[in-house]
Amino acid sequence: MLARGVARGNFLAYQTSVGGFNFRFDSLRALMACATPARSGDHLAGLAAATDGERMAARVCLAEVPLKTFLEDLLVPYETDEVTRLIIDSHDARAFAPVSHLTVGDFRDWLLSDAADSATLAGIAPGITPEMAAAVSKLMRNQDLILVARKCRVVTAFRNTVGLPGHLSVRLQPNHPTDDARGIAASMLDGLLYGAGDAVIGVNPATDSVPALMTLYDLLNEVIQQYGIPTLSCVLTHVTNQIQAMEKGAPVDLVFQSIAGTQKANESFGINLGILDEARDAALSLKRGTVGQNVMYFETGQGSALSANANHGVDQQTCEARAYAVARRYQPLLTNTVVGFIGPEYLFDGKQIVRAGLEDHFCGKLMGVPLGCDVCYTNHAEADQNDMDTLLTLLGTAGITFIMGIPGADDIMLNYQTTSFHDALYLRKLLGLRPAPEFEAWLKRMNIMDSDGQVQPVGSQHAMLQNLPRHLLAS
Amino acid sequence: MADDALVQPDPWQMLRRHTRARIALGRVGSSLPTREVLDFGVSHALARDAVHLPLDTEALQQTIERLGFDVTQVASRAADRHTYLLRPDLGRRVAPEDVAHLQAGARTPAPDLLLVVGDGLSSLAVARQAPLLLAELKARWPQGWRSGPVVIARQARVALADEVGEALGARMVAMLIGERPGLTSPDSLGVYLTWAPRVGCNDAQRNCISNIRPEGLSHAAAAHKLLWLAREARRLQLTGVALKDESDVPEIGDAGVRQLGHERGAP
Repeated sequence: MLARGVARGNFLAYQTSVGGFNFRFDSLRALMACATPARSGDHLAGLAAATDGERMAARVCLAEVPLKTFLEDLLVPYETDEVTRLIIDSHDARAFAPVSHLTVGDFRDWLLSDAADSATLAGIAPGITPEMAAAVSKLMRNQDLILVARKCRVVTAFRNTVGLPGHLSVRLQPNHPTDDARGIAASMLDGLLYGAGDAVIGVNPATDSVPALMTLYDLLNEVIQQYGIPTLSCVLTHVTNQIQAMEKGAPVDLVFQSIAGTQKANESFGINLGILDEARDAALSLKRGTVGQNVMYFETGQGSALSANANHGVDQQTCEARAYAVARRYQPLLTNTVVGFIGPEYLFDGKQIVRAGLEDHFCGKLMGVPLGCDVCYTNHAEADQNDMDTLLTLLGTAGITFIMGIPGADDIMLNYQTTSFHDALYLRKLLGLRPAPEFEAWLKRMNIMDSDGQVQPVGSQHAMLQNLPRHLLAS
Repeated sequence: MADDALVQPDPWQMLRRHTRARIALGRVGSSLPTREVLDFGVSHALARDAVHLPLDTEALQQTIERLGFDVTQVASRAADRHTYLLRPDLGRRVAPEDVAHLQAGARTPAPDLLLVVGDGLSSLAVARQAPLLLAELKARWPQGWRSGPVVIARQARVALADEVGEALGARMVAMLIGERPGLTSPDSLGVYLTWAPRVGCNDAQRNCISNIRPEGLSHAAAAHKLLWLAREARRLQLTGVALKDESDVPEIGDAGVRQLGHERGAP
């Protein structure tokens, strides 16, 4: 059953037989797609393996492919795609050297070996392209994705330190369908009193008018200042709006943008690498970080390239890993795979969402990107809270950098379910995980957390309830 | 019935009046109290039922006919709900036999504004909100505008209205469609207005009015907005990014018209 490469021009076609059936894959792109665990988005794109036998044949062939091949047989053309150019032109050959002789299958074995410790993995990260990470993930079981990701350490900082071993940060997401200041402040207070908000306090606004966004920046900033919280704010609007807000003097901590893994998909988001360069430079010039200067926050998700008709015949998981190459360029504080938001035509059910969440976290961490996960689903997906508990718990064991926190898991603005403040407490309690150290010190100072690191009961006389944000005092 | 002594309450209940977000739920240890687990479960069940319960198209047709509209029905190329959810491309196209049926029934002069009612992702939204919105539209209908029949579409996505509008030669089409249901809004209706509809129109060529339900944008306000946009579309001969909603002075986050973004899934 040994796989054979057949010369086809400069590159190879791949073929093998499984159980007496012969399978042939005419390109590396096709091989990657067919090797991917089944998911609805690859079927929608017409790229998925037709049978389980074909899928395993693809994996058998993929295991034989040298990692070096991914530097030569480019899945998305170099000439027409700036993400490919970024990946190739910034590839660190010296970092790649320790694994440059390996095939994809050998690379899986090497990653799981004890030789691949945290320092070694951090050392090779700049040499790992998204296609290499995606390829090896396709040969890995869920437990492999968890075990290797846990060894990868990516530490970032702005006003607190994110990603230290044994820590779990939470993005407080106080969304409101009409951006009502009282509604947003009420959800912020709810989350803070539950110990959430160390990753960022980040609101998805309903509006995209810059004057209204300025009001939101002031609201978030005022609450952070009022309670002296060692955290930061973000308004998740288009990057060009954030550049305008900075020009007008808004207190912008973290710059957000949705990104994808191909130039054409990024164009559908109205961005390119140049715009992101400009935004990062603007944010750095504000010098608002205290313990670090990681000023970017990205969101991604499998299926975004296909939904923009911009996947170039590449499977959705590989496209997603390419988005992490975009993220990596900007040394982000946080990168968030919004795994179940896009809908069942890309990830149909709990099983597909769980697998995708583990793949994304692994690929991001292997590439040196601070991956968190919006563990989530929509009401038209075949998923429920139990699936979210499963993925949340698995990602906790895998060392996820951060998760979302929202009141009662119910986002009343975006109409989907993500993880709650209670869910974050569950994970911290179950696995002994702690908030970012600077934020934990604040929680203890505010009598929200006790000396053992557990949240304590908050009475009506609590200082924050006696001293409400002014937005909540107006009737 | 509940033994509240086991539940650690959150003494910021007073903030609940500011938001429908699930704040101040209290906790047992660090977990959700039973009553909140059940409350969430009920909301999720209703939202899923809104997605999966078939639209009662016969009842809806009778209701709309009683408002004084002619009604016709079509199906998309998605044969069932499972296919509909997995294959959005099929939900955007009219079943071939229904295209022929529409073309055979096309009248001249063609409709100025054609109304299509699609089940989308919430049959509950369509059953509850569509007749009320149609009644408000009827009451404000611009003088001299031809409407054509109201077309009820099963297993429909937004873009299906393009093909319906093209088949009937409509100058513009409004798709009234069930939005992706949230836990607190399982019955929210959206409207998508498209000038010169034809197969292949994209979302940047549409204007959207969302969150139409009693707790969101009222039926009367939605009808006002839609007809304002339709008059402007007729004047400018376009819809989409270049047509800005100035039907009222927009307030922060007014639940009104927005250009379609890539990050929020339309049905």
